[in-house]
Amino acid sequence: MPQVIAGDGSRIWMLRDRKAQFTRWAAWLVGTIIFLWCWQRISEATEWFFVWDAPRIAADIGNRAMPPRWSYMDKLWAPLWDTLNIATLGTFFALIMAVPVAFLAARNTTPSALFIRPIALLIIVSTRSINSLIWALLLVAIIGPGIFAGMVAIAIRSVGFCAKLLYEAIEEIDAKQVEAIIATGASRWQVMAYGIVPQIMPAFAGIAVFRWDINIRESTVLGLVGAGGIGLQLKGSLDTLAWPQVTLILIVIFATVILSEWVSAKVRGAVI
Amino acid sequence: MSATLETRIGQPWKKPPFIKRPWLRWTLIIGGLLYFVVAMASMEVNWARVWQGLERGGQFVLAFTNPDFTSRATDIREGLIESAIMTVAATVVGIALSIPIALGAARNIAPLPVYLVCRGIVALSRALNEIIVAILLVAIFGFGPLAGFLTLAFASIGFLAKLLAEDIEDLDRSQAEAVKATGGSWLQWINYGVQPQVMPRLIGLSMYRLDINFRESAVLGLVGAGGIGATLNTAFDRYEFDTAAAILIIIIAVVMALEYLSGIIRARVQ
Repeated sequence: MPQVIAGDGSRIWMLRDRKAQFTRWAAWLVGTIIFLWCWQRISEATEWFFVWDAPRIAADIGNRAMPPRWSYMDKLWAPLWDTLNIATLGTFFALIMAVPVAFLAARNTTPSALFIRPIALLIIVSTRSINSLIWALLLVAIIGPGIFAGMVAIAIRSVGFCAKLLYEAIEEIDAKQVEAIIATGASRWQVMAYGIVPQIMPAFAGIAVFRWDINIRESTVLGLVGAGGIGLQLKGSLDTLAWPQVTLILIVIFATVILSEWVSAKVRGAVI
Repeated sequence: MSATLETRIGQPWKKPPFIKRPWLRWTLIIGGLLYFVVAMASMEVNWARVWQGLERGGQFVLAFTNPDFTSRATDIREGLIESAIMTVAATVVGIALSIPIALGAARNIAPLPVYLVCRGIVALSRALNEIIVAILLVAIFGFGPLAGFLTLAFASIGFLAKLLAEDIEDLDRSQAEAVKATGGSWLQWINYGVQPQVMPRLIGLSMYRLDINFRESAVLGLVGAGGIGATLNTAFDRYEFDTAAAILIIIIAVVMALEYLSGIIRARVQ
């Protein structure tokens, strides 16, 4: 709010009046204190000797890690394929689960805003707020290590994300088209198939590819907790301090992520 | 849609396909099915093990009805405080670092060399998974919240700087030009012409990132970078599902609260 205040007779333009300025100053002070307190806690929990030593360690690791062991690539194709499968099948099953949840959660399609919608929203929030690595940890403990656990983890984690974006898309549809279909005497399912689905189809395709891209990134690390894919090789190499292999794996992961991002950008450009 | 009305009259209506080119449609459908079959076949599932696990899974689900907050209360509390500290510190530092980088990554403000360098930083930060960064930083800086803090700050840069730069590129030129026309310096131009336009977006993104950073801080503990993740990992390893359920409930509740709060703040600033 621009304010004009009087200072020694003349009027000077100021962005804020004194009260607003003081409030802001106080807010900044509190914020700074909180930050400094946080920093102090982190600092207390840190061995500063290691930190001062860090450049040397980093240089040392860098030396060991170079050059990457290219011959190890032969052993990476299979895990890479597994990683791709975890991400793709995980996304596929997530979408199957997300569609009904989204329809139950959207205000304009939910059968009951009082009972079913909160349940759908709870599913969305709880699956979304827990990282896929935690889901993988949990599923490895329950159904044993392997690709299957990774795939289920990715699927569960993605349900909330996809359903949230999808239900927002459903809520934003044009009601006139739906009404037109209803006016022809269509049943509930026909309204869905001809009035709602065509409108959200581009959003759906976009969400699917977007999530697939994210899932490729996430599935590269699921192996760290035993859920298959290239992360398993990464963990093995890290545990045996085989730094040249780690470098190669990181390069491969980097390339995969860039490639998936490129594919996802292309497909989204085509459908939207 | 090239057919005229005359040719269409009398023809039964068919739903137009989502992908218009038939060859592309059929390639995608057949390719997708083929991939699905091959991928499912290459996945080895030990169904006996899964079947055994279902019982444990049931136990875990039941644990949610009876979470145990008390027996590991100190561990949980310390882990949570550490997570919160890492989150706050990393978000603050992430915002502070991402503002100059976002200015550099906006093509309408920065010259080309600066633009390329800043975009490079953003791309690097986005391509590297948090966990991988955390592993490397733990190897370099040792165990503890410092590695987690640095990881989250680094990851925040990619996210905030990219989205903020896009917002800066979309800004209303006439407002920024008006400040320039008054003879304002470069800093005044940024402060009065650009900053007010992107501020609501910056606040919204920062709140969202705070939320993401808390969620991420829950997993960083798995690789030794501090936070609640370490407690959670221990609980799983010992099959203490009731404690694990308690931690997960706390994480969900905090994330929900943060999301609610950020919703209110975003509604107020926009």
